[in-house]
Amino acid sequence: MTTPGVREFVLEAPAEDDTRGLPAAALAALAGAFTVAPEHDGAGTHRRTWLDTFDWQLYRAGLTLQFEQARRGGRLLLAKADGTPQAEQPVTSWPRRPALDLPDGPVRDRISVLTRPRALLPIVKVVSTASVTRLLNADGKTVVRLIADHATVTAPMTVGATAAGITAEPPLRLAIAEVRGYPGQARKAASLLAAVPGVSAASQSEFIAALTALGRHPADYSSSVEAEITATMPATVAVARVLLRLLDTMELNVDGVLRDIDTEFLHDFRVAVRRTRSAIKLLGGVLPAELAGHYAAEFKWLGDVTTPIRDLDVHLLGFDAMTEQLVAASPADLEPLRAFLVRRRALEFRRLARALRGPRFRAITDDWRKALLEVRDTGGRKRRPTAGTLALATTGRAFRRIAALGGAITPDSPPESLHNLRKRAKELRYLLEFFAPLHDPVAYRKVVGDLKQLQDCLGEFQDSQVQREEIHALADAMLAERAAPAATLLAMGEIAAKLALSQAEARADFARRFARFAGPEGQQRVRTLLTGSGAGQ
Amino acid sequence: MKIFATYNIKGGVGKTTAAVNLAYLSAADGYRTLLWDLDPQGAASFLFRIKPRVKGGGKALIRGTKTLDDAIKGTDFDDLDLLPADFTYRNMDLLLDGNDKKPTRKIAQLLRPMAAEYDHVFLDCPPSISLVSENVMHAADVLLVPLIPTTLSVRTLDQLTEFVAGFNGHRPEVRAFFSMVDRRKKLHQEIIKDLQAERAGVAATPIPSLSLIERMSVERAPVTAFAPRSVAARAYRDLWSEVRPGQR
Repeated sequence: MTTPGVREFVLEAPAEDDTRGLPAAALAALAGAFTVAPEHDGAGTHRRTWLDTFDWQLYRAGLTLQFEQARRGGRLLLAKADGTPQAEQPVTSWPRRPALDLPDGPVRDRISVLTRPRALLPIVKVVSTASVTRLLNADGKTVVRLIADHATVTAPMTVGATAAGITAEPPLRLAIAEVRGYPGQARKAASLLAAVPGVSAASQSEFIAALTALGRHPADYSSSVEAEITATMPATVAVARVLLRLLDTMELNVDGVLRDIDTEFLHDFRVAVRRTRSAIKLLGGVLPAELAGHYAAEFKWLGDVTTPIRDLDVHLLGFDAMTEQLVAASPADLEPLRAFLVRRRALEFRRLARALRGPRFRAITDDWRKALLEVRDTGGRKRRPTAGTLALATTGRAFRRIAALGGAITPDSPPESLHNLRKRAKELRYLLEFFAPLHDPVAYRKVVGDLKQLQDCLGEFQDSQVQREEIHALADAMLAERAAPAATLLAMGEIAAKLALSQAEARADFARRFARFAGPEGQQRVRTLLTGSGAGQ
Repeated sequence: MKIFATYNIKGGVGKTTAAVNLAYLSAADGYRTLLWDLDPQGAASFLFRIKPRVKGGGKALIRGTKTLDDAIKGTDFDDLDLLPADFTYRNMDLLLDGNDKKPTRKIAQLLRPMAAEYDHVFLDCPPSISLVSENVMHAADVLLVPLIPTTLSVRTLDQLTEFVAGFNGHRPEVRAFFSMVDRRKKLHQEIIKDLQAERAGVAATPIPSLSLIERMSVERAPVTAFAPRSVAARAYRDLWSEVRPGQR
C-alpha cells in the first residue's frame, strides 16, 4: 500500500506525562477541528542503532545505515540521507565487536566498497516508544494519526568529549501520519500544530537529532588537518593551532588502535605523527627552541614504535590482491606467509599496546598539549612573522628544493636520490595542508593534484623496493622458524619479482611526472598559488 | 493478488457483512487488503465511516480518467483500504457497456495494476444479475456466496455454478456458505446438512443470525473488530480459515 505522507515536528518544551506526549496547547488546538482519541494498541519499544565507519564514509556518501533490533536478531536498513530506502538485510545476530564485514546480503553489496578496510561502528543508539493519538472527523473516522516518539539516546562508544554510555533525551518528535485518501486533513492538523508555541517543524532527521543530543555532529572526525588559522595571525599561534589539531587526531585514534578495531586508526595516528614531525622540523623555528628539540625526538620514537605493525598491516591488507597476481604459484602456496604475518602482527600489537599505555606516551601527549596551549595563548605577543609570511617562505623554499633535487636526477641516479625526493615531496604536501585555509582553493587543488601524481610515482618506486626487501627478510625469518615450505618460498619469489617490475615501471614514469610538477607550467601553478592567496599578506 | 467477491442475486443475505468482516480478518492476518464497495447503497463504506463518494463518480473510474489508486481511502485498520461506493454506481451497467469491446472484463482489467499494492481484494457486489455481477465473476478468483437456508437458495447456487461453468478461460471457484442461520429452526439445520453432503464447495461454518451482527451499523465497524470474542466474530474467523488461500 502506498506510504502516505508524514510531516514531522519537534517540541522544544518537555512533554507532559498525562497527555501522551502532547502538550496541552497542541491538544487544545487540534480539538477545535477534530475529535482527539488515544489509540488503544500501544506500540512496543523500538531499538535502533545507527552505524558508520569512524571517518563517516557512509555519511559522506549520502547514506545512513540503521540496525533495527528485533527480539531475535534484527535487520539492517540502508537509506539515503533523506530517508529514501536503498537496501535491507536481515541479520540473525549482531556482533558485540564493531564489524569489519557484514554477512552476505544486499546491504553488504552496496556498502562494502565504501567502507573497506574500515569497521562499522555503532554511532548512536536510540530506544524509543511511540504513543499514537487519532484525530477523528465528524463521522468518527480516523483521518490523521499523530505519533509521539519518546526517545532516549545512548553513546555506544567514546569519541572525543562524548563518553561511551552517556545518555540524553532529544526533543520529543511528533509525526503527523496521513491516512490514505485524507491529505487535506493531515495538512490541516499540521498547520494547527505549527501554530502552537513551542512546536516547530523538524529540521533534522532522527539520526542527526540523536547525535546532536549527545553533543556530536555528523562527520565530526576527519583525518585532514583543517586547523583554524588566518594569514594575519602570528605564525607562532598558527603553528600551535596546527600542532594541537594533529594532537587531537592522535588522541581520537588511540582508543581504536588499542582496541584494534581496524587498521586505519593506526594509519591516521601515524599520519598525524608524521605531520607533527614535519611541522616541528619545518616550522619549529617559531616555537620555543627547547620545545622543538625535545619533541622532535619524542615523536620520532612514537613513529618508530608504530612502524612494524603498520608494515605488517600493509602486507595483510594487500594480501588478496597480491595472490591474484600469481602466475606460476597457486594462492594456496602463500597461506603459510599469511599465517606468519598474522602471528607476527599479534606479537607486534602487544608491543605497541604496551608503548601506547606506557608513561612515555602519556607524558608526550599531556605535556605537549600543555606546552602548545601556552604557546597558542601567549604567542600573540610576538606579532611577526605572520602565518602568511611563514607559509609563503616555507612553501616556496620546499618547492625550490624539490625542483633542484628532482632536476638533478638522471636515469643513472641511485634509488636513494628518489627516496630523498619522496621525503621532500611529502614535506611540501604537509606544508600545503597545514596552510590550506590561507590558499585559494582552486590554485591549491591544482598544485596538490600535480604533487600527488609525483608522490604516487615516488611512493610506488620506494614501497615496491621496501616490500621486496621485506619479503626477503620474511623468508629468512620463516626459514629460521621452520615455517616456510618450498612452495611458499617460490611463491614469495614470484611476488618479489612482481614488485621489482612495479618498481621499474615507476622509475620509467618518473621523468614525465616530475616534469609535469616542476616544469614551466607546474612552476606557474605554484607561483599563482603563492602570490594569489592570502599567504602573501 | 487474490480476488474474492461476495455475491448473491438476492439482497439482504449477509453479503456486505461477510465482505467487511472477511476483509478485516485478511488485513489482521497481515495481507495488504482492499475492499471495493460496488453497491451504490454504500453499506460497506458506511460501516467503515467513509463517505460513499468517488470524485468523478463511477464514470471516471470505468473510463480511466481517474485511477482506482486516486479514489482509495485508508480505513481505521492497518493494511485495510477501501474503494468507496458512489451513487453513480447504479448506472454502472451502462458505463461498462458503453466503451469497450470486452464489457464483461472491465473490472478485472481495472484491478490488474493493483497487484503490486495488495495481496487480497474483496469485491462487495450489489444484488442482481447484471453486467456488473458478470464483471465481478470474471474478475474474482473466489466467489463467496452467502445462502439463506431455504430450498430456493439451493436452486440459486446450482444456477450460479452452472453459469460460471459456462465461462471460457478463467473461472472463479464457487464457495457457498450459510448465512443468517437460526440454529433453533429444524428446517435450517436439515437444509444445511443436506447441502453440505450433496454439493462440493459448501463451507462447514455457518454464519448465525445474531443481533450483534446487526449492531455493526450502530458501531460502524466490523464485528470482528469491536467484539472479537463474540460468537459472531468467531464464526467469521472460522469461515475465513476455511476460505483463505492455502486452506484447501
